[in-house]
Amino acid sequence: MRNFAGACALVLGVACTIAAAPVAAQQAQPLPPGHPLIGQPETAEAKKLAPVAPPPIPTAADKLPLDKLKVPAGYKLETFMAGVPNARTLRLGDKGTVFVSSRLQDKIHAIVEKNGKRELKVVASGLHRPNGIALHKGTLYIAELSQISKIEKIEDVLDNPPKPTVILADLPKDEAHGWKTLTVGPDEKLYFQVGAPCNICMPPERNAKIYRVGLDGKGLEVYASGIRQIVGMDWHPVTKQLYFSENSRDWLSEDIPEDKLNRVTQPGKDNFGFPYCHQGNFTDPEFGWGRKCNEFTKPIGLLGPHTAALGMRFYTGNQFPADTRGQIFLARHGSWNRSVKLGGDVVLIKLKPDGTMASLTPFVTGFIQNNNYVGRPVDVLIMKDGSMLISDDFNGAVYRLSYGAGRVAGR
Amino acid sequence: MPSRLSPRRALACLGLVLGLVAQPLPTRGQTVEKRFETCIVCHGPNGQSQIPEIPSLGGQTAPYALIQLFMFRGKLRHFEPMNEAVKDFTDDDLRTFSDYIAKLPPPQPPQDGDPTRLAVGRALVQKFRCDFCHAGNLAGRDNVPRIAGQREDFLLKTLREYKANVRSGYDASMADVLVPISDQELADIAYYSSRQP
Ligand code: HEC
Ligand code: HEC
Repeated sequence: MRNFAGACALVLGVACTIAAAPVAAQQAQPLPPGHPLIGQPETAEAKKLAPVAPPPIPTAADKLPLDKLKVPAGYKLETFMAGVPNARTLRLGDKGTVFVSSRLQDKIHAIVEKNGKRELKVVASGLHRPNGIALHKGTLYIAELSQISKIEKIEDVLDNPPKPTVILADLPKDEAHGWKTLTVGPDEKLYFQVGAPCNICMPPERNAKIYRVGLDGKGLEVYASGIRQIVGMDWHPVTKQLYFSENSRDWLSEDIPEDKLNRVTQPGKDNFGFPYCHQGNFTDPEFGWGRKCNEFTKPIGLLGPHTAALGMRFYTGNQFPADTRGQIFLARHGSWNRSVKLGGDVVLIKLKPDGTMASLTPFVTGFIQNNNYVGRPVDVLIMKDGSMLISDDFNGAVYRLSYGAGRVAGR
Repeated sequence: MPSRLSPRRALACLGLVLGLVAQPLPTRGQTVEKRFETCIVCHGPNGQSQIPEIPSLGGQTAPYALIQLFMFRGKLRHFEPMNEAVKDFTDDDLRTFSDYIAKLPPPQPPQDGDPTRLAVGRALVQKFRCDFCHAGNLAGRDNVPRIAGQREDFLLKTLREYKANVRSGYDASMADVLVPISDQELADIAYYSSRQP
């Protein structure tokens, strides 16, 4: 069941729509809360746009679009693993196992090296939207749509993993923005979000927030609020502050609002403005009346309109050139709510000494060809040798980006 | 997760399953027409279902059919006889069957529509923008299925299942859409959609 606030919004919405019902059916009517098309204008060009559904079956290894993807001079991109259905979040175990989550399918996979060959293993199945995973001291944590579970000593039981044990249940069950990003903080707590259950709406009390909770599922508390949906988080290697990517609302315009790069500086207090303020600099045409953007924590960088900024990681390896160290690599899944697609790349975000964004440079490009997707990057992972893995949920694949001499290491 | 197979449905299908088991299992190497004969037992000749709560397949969009067959194979969608029917399918089999289904003629809708109820259904379809995702004529596009001419009883059953989160779609669109829609409205929508060409 939805919570009380949600139920109220619902009753209100139903009451409103009933009141509006006698109006001629041709007319655009207010949609009930939670409807995925809320905010969509009634114009022919807008009606052409819809979320892009990834094919369910992974692309065969020899059909992956590697020849279309471009990397900067000195770098090399190769296939790390093909056939990983709907590959989403990437995490690394202490013993070198790469874990890959899925959003639309029910499984978590592990990529293991055996006698110099890579193999794909299923480590958990029958899960519901298990997008969020994290590894900490040998334990795999899994965030499904409405619960968090764990498998201890996962790398010792890859051949016969037990069912995950639930540590936190009964999170909201909204499907919209219900899938989670999960990370473990420097304080050894789990961090995850409950997204806004809509494109744009007044979120119910429990939604649009980042939470943290102990590794045992106890002590749940709000860490930040006013957040529409997060699909990437990482911790600054020096300041240990939480950085995260936030996807902004759809249907306002082709060009605004841009997705955001945010940073939490006041744990428990920061409010990032949803649904009142977008980009930190303009108020929502509906919910923003009577509000001001300076009531809220501003983003530290803008990442392009509708680009779907997802997984991000500080580069902590030492294979890539020195000017990438301590900077952010971030995957932009690419837009659907825009006539000319934007994003569809992995970008390098350089930071100023104060930790805010200085520049954004497309780094691995070519996922969009002739305004169509040939792949869609989701997450990045820095490996121990300093190379970087990139997941692609459209092709069900994981790529490896390496630099210079490091290029041969993965062969 | 709860089992998707209600006792009532299990019973209703038992006869069919027995029929299926008696059939030779589809073997690779045979033409898709030949292999589709095992599916006809339930889904009807040319994919025009004659059996309550079993969907017609004719004219279904290939990307949607592929996703559903994939989900049945991977037990992401639960209906045991269907899970059985495709459990040994290769990826290529899934593609072959979904392409084949898409080329079958769409089902012929009944012509017995009551104009008043049709108008109610049409208004609801527009109000909830079913016709946006499922295309203006409800013939579907890409991963969004054809619902025009689909069996009314199947539409109602599956809409109720989405609403109750018993059927979880490959993506979340339907669960989100159905939250505020009443059971009577679902019935009116099913009545209308099933009678569209
Ligand atoms: C025992 C009866 C039975 C047999 C045999 C059977 N099906 Fe089905 N099929 C069903 C039922 C019932 C459903 C709907 C399940 C539900 O309610 O979700 C279904 C659903 C489907 C769907 C999804 C349709 C939709 O609109 O969602 C496809 C595609 C499909 N079947 C293809 C096939 C193919 C191909 C075969 C043969 C290889 C086959 N079926 C054999 C009973 C059967
Ligand atoms: C935002 C887009 C969207 C809207 C709006 C939408 N649908 Fe759907 N619908 C989908 C998608 C996508 C699927 C396939 C989901 C899955 O994987 O099961 C689907 C599946 C269905 C099915 C299952 C058909 C089958 O053969 O099994 C029915 C019935 C249906 N929708 C009816 C409706 C009705 C009625 C409405 C309006 C009340 C509606 N839809 C509104 C996107 C939409």
